[in-house]
Amino acid sequence: MSAEFSNFINIGERTNVTGSARFKRLILEGDYETALDVARQQVENGAQIIDINMDEAMLDSKQAMITFLNLIASEPDISRVPIMIDSSKWEVIEAGLKCVQGKAIVNSISLKEGKEIFLNQARLIKRFGAATVVMAFDETGQADTQARKVEICQRSYKLLTEEVGFPPEDIIFDPNIFAVATGIEEHDNYAVDFIEATREIRKTCPYSHISGGLSNISFSFRGNNPVREAMHSVFLFHAIRAGMDMAIVNAGQLEVYDEIPKELRDAVEDVILNRHSDATENLLEIAPNYQGGGKAAAKEDLSWREQPVNKRLEHGLVKGITDYIVEDTEEARLQAEKPLHVIEGPLMDGMNVVGDLFGEGKMFLPQVVKSARVMKKAVAHLQPFIEAEKSGDTKSNGKILLATVKGDVHDIGKNIVGVVLQCNNFEVIDLGVMVPAATILQVAKDENVDMIGLSGLITPSLDEMVHVAKEMERQGFDLPLLIGGATTSKAHTAVKIEQNYHAPVVYVPNASRAVGVCQRLLNKASRDVYAKELSAEYDKVREQHARKKPRSKPITLEEARANSFKPDFSTLPTVPNTLGVQAVSVPLSVLRDYIDWTPFFLTWSLAGKYPRILNDEVVGEQAQSLFEDANAMLDKVIEDASLQAKGVFGLFPANRVDDDLEIYESEAREKVVGIAHHLRQQTLKQGFANYCLADFVAEKSSGISDYVGAFAVTGGIGEDDLADSFTNAGDDYNGIMVKAVADRLAEAFAEYLHEQVRKIHWGYAQNEAFSNDDLIREKYQGIRPAPGYAACPEHTEKQLIWDLLDAEAHTGMKLTESYAMWPGASVSGWYFSHPQSRYFAVAKIQSDQVESYAQRKGWTLEEAERWLGPNLSD
Amino acid sequence: MTKLSVNHTLDKLTAAAKARILVLDGAMGTMIQQYKLEESDYRGEAFAEWHCDLKGNNDLLAITQPKIIYDIHCGYLEAGADILETNTFNATTIAMADYDMEAQSRDINLAAAKLARQAADEFTAKTPDKPRFVAGVLGPTNRTASISPDVNDPGKRNVTFDELVEAYAESTEALIEGGADLIMLETIFDTLNAKAAAYAVDLVFEKLGFKLPVMVSGTITDASGRTLSGQTSEAFYYSMRHVAPFSFGLNCALGPDLLRQYVEEVSVVSECLVSAHPNAGLPNEFGEYDLEGPEMAAHIKEWAESGLVNIVGGCCGSTPDHIRDISNAVASIAPRKVPSFEPKMRLSGLEPFVH
Repeated sequence: MSAEFSNFINIGERTNVTGSARFKRLILEGDYETALDVARQQVENGAQIIDINMDEAMLDSKQAMITFLNLIASEPDISRVPIMIDSSKWEVIEAGLKCVQGKAIVNSISLKEGKEIFLNQARLIKRFGAATVVMAFDETGQADTQARKVEICQRSYKLLTEEVGFPPEDIIFDPNIFAVATGIEEHDNYAVDFIEATREIRKTCPYSHISGGLSNISFSFRGNNPVREAMHSVFLFHAIRAGMDMAIVNAGQLEVYDEIPKELRDAVEDVILNRHSDATENLLEIAPNYQGGGKAAAKEDLSWREQPVNKRLEHGLVKGITDYIVEDTEEARLQAEKPLHVIEGPLMDGMNVVGDLFGEGKMFLPQVVKSARVMKKAVAHLQPFIEAEKSGDTKSNGKILLATVKGDVHDIGKNIVGVVLQCNNFEVIDLGVMVPAATILQVAKDENVDMIGLSGLITPSLDEMVHVAKEMERQGFDLPLLIGGATTSKAHTAVKIEQNYHAPVVYVPNASRAVGVCQRLLNKASRDVYAKELSAEYDKVREQHARKKPRSKPITLEEARANSFKPDFSTLPTVPNTLGVQAVSVPLSVLRDYIDWTPFFLTWSLAGKYPRILNDEVVGEQAQSLFEDANAMLDKVIEDASLQAKGVFGLFPANRVDDDLEIYESEAREKVVGIAHHLRQQTLKQGFANYCLADFVAEKSSGISDYVGAFAVTGGIGEDDLADSFTNAGDDYNGIMVKAVADRLAEAFAEYLHEQVRKIHWGYAQNEAFSNDDLIREKYQGIRPAPGYAACPEHTEKQLIWDLLDAEAHTGMKLTESYAMWPGASVSGWYFSHPQSRYFAVAKIQSDQVESYAQRKGWTLEEAERWLGPNLSD
Repeated sequence: MTKLSVNHTLDKLTAAAKARILVLDGAMGTMIQQYKLEESDYRGEAFAEWHCDLKGNNDLLAITQPKIIYDIHCGYLEAGADILETNTFNATTIAMADYDMEAQSRDINLAAAKLARQAADEFTAKTPDKPRFVAGVLGPTNRTASISPDVNDPGKRNVTFDELVEAYAESTEALIEGGADLIMLETIFDTLNAKAAAYAVDLVFEKLGFKLPVMVSGTITDASGRTLSGQTSEAFYYSMRHVAPFSFGLNCALGPDLLRQYVEEVSVVSECLVSAHPNAGLPNEFGEYDLEGPEMAAHIKEWAESGLVNIVGGCCGSTPDHIRDISNAVASIAPRKVPSFEPKMRLSGLEPFVH
């Protein structure tokens, strides 16, 4: 490092749960042994002070700080350096100060909450004998301009030195490093503001120091480490000259100023010093050239650019590179006789390569979707030229109508199918979600489509698909019908749909099958052969289905109830700390840590358990890239708040009456505000009970005060608009990504809220401390079954949850006529706290239970049969 | 005690420290041993019926054998000591727990301070040109806030900062009430304990509305040159510098020969008076200290001549004879000049870090 760095202190940043995912995971898992290694490595890598931060919602931050500092005290190779105790919570700072024998630094205090608190904290810090970081933050907010930074620091300095007698040399100002190159004009001068403020503060506040969190400056280039490192280095280069003498940095990762490639350094310098209005644009433009393989990426392999244009188009399509596609498409257009020929020629050739590679399993779904993005961009460039020539329609493989059926809002799978088909030169008309049968059939006629694809996720959608098939038959359609979605199956298609419609009905298990199916159906000759094959196959499935005997013997509802589960109530149920309904909103940045990633990869047809999948021999690279994109999306939605999470939950006094739960208004247990109806397993069990969720709650006649909870959460406020904004801009990949991420956030929210309820609101497991992995594996006490799923398969019960919680008013979440939740990224369910409560599948029930259920719900038998359809014995 | 009288005492103390090297007293335990006291002597009348053994509870003697303690103080004053240390090394509630005497902690501190006060005042009256002072001693306790008592569980602690603060605050108040002119944190082997003591002392000062001078004296436990909790002497100083100590120094554990280099280190960095009161050598195979007064005084004289010290005395093994020799040896030597340094942020872990 050059000379001006020699009087500069780098403070290790890796022992910070808010900044290091790894460290956070270690602490959450209680792996302090390895967490100490992180601290040790920092010191070995040259950190002169180590910053320790345990501010994490899931942690008892104070206890974690104490534990870690006590352990550090026993490690001389770590504790030889001073400690920076970093927390936004004063009690954590104070607890930390009580654990260090050395002279430490507090990070931080400020005038944010007023002068009195600031002075009191400063006096205490002085009494503890520590130095302190002072943030440029006052009663009106965080300082962003040079003037505000200087003003707040000078005021703080005066108060500290004159009213507290705080040694000026023990004051470290943090005048706030904010992100530049965000695309927002007001941010352009942030680095300059910091640097100039630093100069003035050092001049007017003798002996004080200047520090800051360096990584903020490059926030908008998350994911591009070479550019970030260059920004850090250039920023420091100028800030140090101005008087910045400390910073929280990753000591092992600082690019040497002189070794930054000149082009990059100049562009970064323009941004940092805000030298002209195009600076950000320029840096954005060159940034991708430096991404990826670290510093070497500057000399990225661009040799493919020297190939003929057709090969370049193919390369762009296969690799999903949009950077040159317009330029290359234009070049191809100039060479071609007609613009249309570019599509039919090189672009389709390229997409065929994509299709082949995909078919051979050499490309993966996310890549194909990215290829589609490139294709769309190319076509969009050609469109005006084609129209100018009025040369008529391009010749597509075929026209396919896609829709998520009425009552259902789930469309990630359908959108992926759409993109894959488009990649293979099918024209796709996507009617979106909650589309009534009449609309589907009308559009099919008007647009003269070649086939119809129906999608749905929740079980009532199966019935809606049957309805569409019947309507197609009635209206004399002859088009093939494709069936897909999570609850659909070959058996259901064979048994319930196929006999209702004479034309081919094809169950498509996943998106990658869609192209093959469609191609076979479009060709008249292959269609007939295929139809015969299908028909034979469905006959077989039906036969098997008919032969299939119930695996175990059905019993009467009375017998089942006699064998109900009898939980141990010798320890009385915990009385919730707060009864009643509470709305919750949680920052996505918190939920992010609760994400269970494995299903996310499944959404994209990549199978494997996270995190192992990232290193999988076959799909690892793809999974990695998908994972990065998902995290970039998370960064984006967290930063610009384009997605939001909202939720509500309630805890109520409740008691069991047979298979139902009476939910009471208050602890008086007089007024019933709702009855939750549950279903009981109805097959002969050997050595097990015939479970019903109601069993987990104490019987009314027992006199025991028991409770039940309900919740509804969504991670998808804004998901439709955001997804549309991508899709409309031709970026289906990110359109789908938004929803896939929102889905994960909703599940993460459910996990998070359940934990909060267990630990705080209900409080029956105040001391639990599980890692995210443990949470995913459901190691905790209690369950949260969701209506529509195995333990409570009947969907209309969601209405009760909505009514109890006033869910729509609190969250904006709605129920469709099929009781699907909108937004699609939503989860709702019940909370049961009993230690013996567990998940189970109700599975098949008998007519006596259907009658009982109908009577309890106030339904006709027909209504009951409709809603309980999936659980009825055939 | 009032703010005014505190200022008056401080003026006299500062004037004396400027004029000459001040002399601390010597060992208390060593002197008590010579009386060969038995269980019943320790119990006295007040604690004849106490439910556990009290032999060895030297601090209790301020109550049960006040004459002995008073006589020892007088012996040191006669030998030339300027500053008496109260017999309260183990008098905190935490250390007294060994004898189930937490409840007696306050009385012991109070009685001990009064005895030293009485002796000092009598000698000041005899030789007004050589005023005598009382340092109320806060010992290290027998617990450690930054070291685990269990090698298999390094995160474990047998005392917390808050518990130490509570105990030290109680002792400090009683010492001041009993007439201490200074507060002395001594034989510090775990800096975190000392920080808790300093915190407690500051709380008491705030409550009383005046401050007494605070002496800080640490212990380098062996030839590693570090405290038991692992700090170098310079790092230790930076940990305690916020106290704005009247004096900073080292005591116990080593004899003057081995201690010298660390006294020198301390002398280089300290922006206050420097104190040193070593042991009379290292204990022999009978647990006795062999270093005679003249030899010990010769070492300390050399420190004084080298300009390392402002306050000297003796720790374990030293007697009034040692103190007399030391007092005579440094009487005509100018005290160390207190340096001042450019303000810098002086942090520490186990090692110092100056920026």
